[in-house]
Amino acid sequence: MLSKLAEYWEYPFVKYALIVGVLVALCSSLLGVTLVLKRFSFIGDGLSHVAFGAMAIASIFNITNDMPIVIVITVLSAVLLLRGGQNAKIKGDAAVAMISVGALAVGYLLLNLFAPSGNLAGDVCSTLFGSTSILTLSKFDVAFSAGLSLLVIVIFILFYQKIFCVTFDENFARATGTKASLYNLLIAIVIAVIIVLAMNLVGSLLISALVIFPALSAMRLFKSFRSVTVFAAVYSVLTAALGILVSILAGTPVGSTIVGIEIVTFACCFIIGSVGMKKAA
Amino acid sequence: MAQLICEGLSLGYDGREILHGINFEVNAGDYLCIVGENGSGKSTLMKTILGLQSPLSGTVRTGDGLKQNEIGYLPQQTIVQRDFPASVREIVLSGCQARCGLRPFYNKEEKALAEANMEKMDVLPLANRCYRELSGGQQQRVLLARALCATRKMLLLDEPVSGLDPRVTAEMYALIEKLNREDGITILMISHDIAAALRYATHILHVANNVFFGTKEEYLQSDAGKTFAKEADVNVE
Repeated sequence: MLSKLAEYWEYPFVKYALIVGVLVALCSSLLGVTLVLKRFSFIGDGLSHVAFGAMAIASIFNITNDMPIVIVITVLSAVLLLRGGQNAKIKGDAAVAMISVGALAVGYLLLNLFAPSGNLAGDVCSTLFGSTSILTLSKFDVAFSAGLSLLVIVIFILFYQKIFCVTFDENFARATGTKASLYNLLIAIVIAVIIVLAMNLVGSLLISALVIFPALSAMRLFKSFRSVTVFAAVYSVLTAALGILVSILAGTPVGSTIVGIEIVTFACCFIIGSVGMKKAA
Repeated sequence: MAQLICEGLSLGYDGREILHGINFEVNAGDYLCIVGENGSGKSTLMKTILGLQSPLSGTVRTGDGLKQNEIGYLPQQTIVQRDFPASVREIVLSGCQARCGLRPFYNKEEKALAEANMEKMDVLPLANRCYRELSGGQQQRVLLARALCATRKMLLLDEPVSGLDPRVTAEMYALIEKLNREDGITILMISHDIAAALRYATHILHVANNVFFGTKEEYLQSDAGKTFAKEADVNVE
């Protein structure tokens, strides 16, 4: 098995997949805690459907490097969705559902009407489930994804304390003079960027898993915000790396393999957490 | 000059007025209780004072060296906080956030301030404990320590004893009184507990159709005060 792995390691696309996969997984775990606690677990799903719609538009116009345009459209929708926050006329989950289903339907409709390639079912399937796309990344995609991932990580570290403050108690933060709406906007933009990055890895239907599993697993085991965040990041990197390697060896789809591993490890964390709590009590 | 001046405030949502004609002033060292029935607009008034919501008309001004963002705030607990993984130290430190501006991390001074306020609220031994595992009274003291990190002058407390048992309630009131008497911190408190309001407060703001504002003694002489105190079965001496 190891020799097979070493053989695959010779191929640059395997290295690319691993680098991008790990970086993207790391990014998506960072804001997971914030999203879960703000009751926005499904925002990832909603935005990824928007990104799907955007990709459909890009492919109709035959834009090869579609990531920049997809990011712009997704960021705009994220801002619209999160800006309303608790005071919106249409409540969070309903707005997310509306935009996501709408974008999905319009995207598929457009692809059907104007599809440039013959293999429509295959194209759609790989966008939705990410099947093999991570192994076929172009040099541009790799550089773009890696750069953006690093940017997201730097932003997260710089604004870590502010994100904590706004997540824990938005009203207190606003009352004491923290510009909460500005940071909510920042969170929205970062999430949108992460979603588009993660689409390459697991496809648009499975993105939420990458965002919420690390956070939920960490929250079972750890008790301070910092330890939860650090554990979620480490967990995410390890499961993504493991998932990519397994999928290469076993020939399974990358996205669902990673999510499968995350389900199993979440169950482990859940059990360990419950046992630990009993001991403490 | 007074620390907080509200003039001709009228409050409401979506253009619908729920309260009007609110005029009051709070001076340094006052202990003001805001009382009134459920749904009378007490929380809306509090949000307006904090600048979270704008009034339909009228103004809220701060003076005497107090800035709008220097009002410490003890909110009612939200659902989010009930399963939030955060240590006591992280939460208290977050009270210093506004001092940071764009600086990404807390400096030594802010960490020392958080430490001192945890000491003062007697939660220093709990510093590394998880917030969601604490008792209701401990959680309130943690949030109070956080509010103290944000202010040295004025605290706004929104139903600080709701959900606490009688013994812890008494401790909480004693703690608040101590902050008022010894540290000279101005207290604005929303309360259902009219007995406690009459016992500790120097001033009363009664929020209803006819808004009353005055000292406690004036309130006890007023019609609103007499009825309310009687309903609450308080021995008026």
